[in-house]
Amino acid sequence: MTDDSLWTIFLNATLINNFVLAYFLGICPFLGVSAKLETASRMGAAVTFVMLVSSSCAYAIHKLLTAIDAPYLQLISFIAVIASTVQLVEMFIKKVSPALFRALGIFLPLITTNCAILGLALFQTNKGYNFVQCIVYALGAGIGFTIALVLMAGLREKLELAQVPDVVRGTALALMLAGLLSMAFMGFAGLGG
Amino acid sequence: MKQPTTGTDEFVKGLWKENPVFIQVLGMCPVLAVSNTARNALAMGLATLFVLVMSNTVVSLLRNFIPKQVRIATYILIIATFVTVVEYVIQAISLELHKALGAFISLIVVNCLILGRAEAFASKNTLGRSILDGLGMGLGFVLALFCLGAVREVLGSGSLFGLSLFHDGFQNWVVMILPSGGFFTLAGWLLLFNWLKQRRGGEVAG
Repeated sequence: MTDDSLWTIFLNATLINNFVLAYFLGICPFLGVSAKLETASRMGAAVTFVMLVSSSCAYAIHKLLTAIDAPYLQLISFIAVIASTVQLVEMFIKKVSPALFRALGIFLPLITTNCAILGLALFQTNKGYNFVQCIVYALGAGIGFTIALVLMAGLREKLELAQVPDVVRGTALALMLAGLLSMAFMGFAGLGG
Repeated sequence: MKQPTTGTDEFVKGLWKENPVFIQVLGMCPVLAVSNTARNALAMGLATLFVLVMSNTVVSLLRNFIPKQVRIATYILIIATFVTVVEYVIQAISLELHKALGAFISLIVVNCLILGRAEAFASKNTLGRSILDGLGMGLGFVLALFCLGAVREVLGSGSLFGLSLFHDGFQNWVVMILPSGGFFTLAGWLLLFNWLKQRRGGEVAG
């Protein structure tokens, strides 16, 4: 797997094995913040950014833990690093661009418990990607997440105007939409190698 | 105790009234990802049950020592410890199962159900109650996972726990074991629960 071309990795993470629709990672924000188009795209951008940072950190940690021969510490150090990365990013954005900070709001700290971030760190380690491949993989995953979120938000905004029976309203409807989207994304399966 | 609840109530509420998956819609990622066969679903459920009970126990014991500012980080570290234990145990018991569940065992760490119970219940209640709460919620989670896994396996592969159920004429609904089948099955169960609640005259939860 390690000699995958960068383009294949990118396409794979974005469309074919979309993190949300094929791996079911990050379902909570996917269902939670996909009610409005604007918040959905902001959330996507924030997640992509954290993915890029934590992916490069995870690469370094994996190298370090392999060097000192302590693989059982992997999970704990990944989650600790992700939590502190999110915290750092939050402080950094607050300092550099208060406008962006206000725009992201509560979504920034919530990214810590987004399983897509930890999932990305684990997958890239399992697949044994090198540094550049990791970055491309993280970028692809982030963009894939954003695409899924924005598509879903668009659909849900339209549904606001539709008449649906009371029983179906809410999560059940959102899940059915997600199922249909996921089926549509299966159509990309033939694209990559 | 302010609430007039007994220990039994703490246990039973997780099974039905506050079922983590069907009613609270928490911890969706593992629910959808590994429920393509009944066996995987059950294994995942039991692993989560163990982590949930252990983390509830430890959080409840330490609740007076953990400083408020760093409590979430502390909880996550406690949970991560037990998840690592579970991961190595599963790998020792069955390598095949470990492969089937893959990274999703590690991802129990970020299951919002576990962190949610630690924050909302174990950090405020006594040891006994926290363990009962963990057991109830965990069993409710197992039950929900099993419901999903069984439906998906019966329809998608025509079998249950690997035993074939139908004769050759049955056409497998391949879509049910694919990712989209997970979304559809869960949507179906939620519809059923909403419908039941509505028939009993209650309001349908958003």
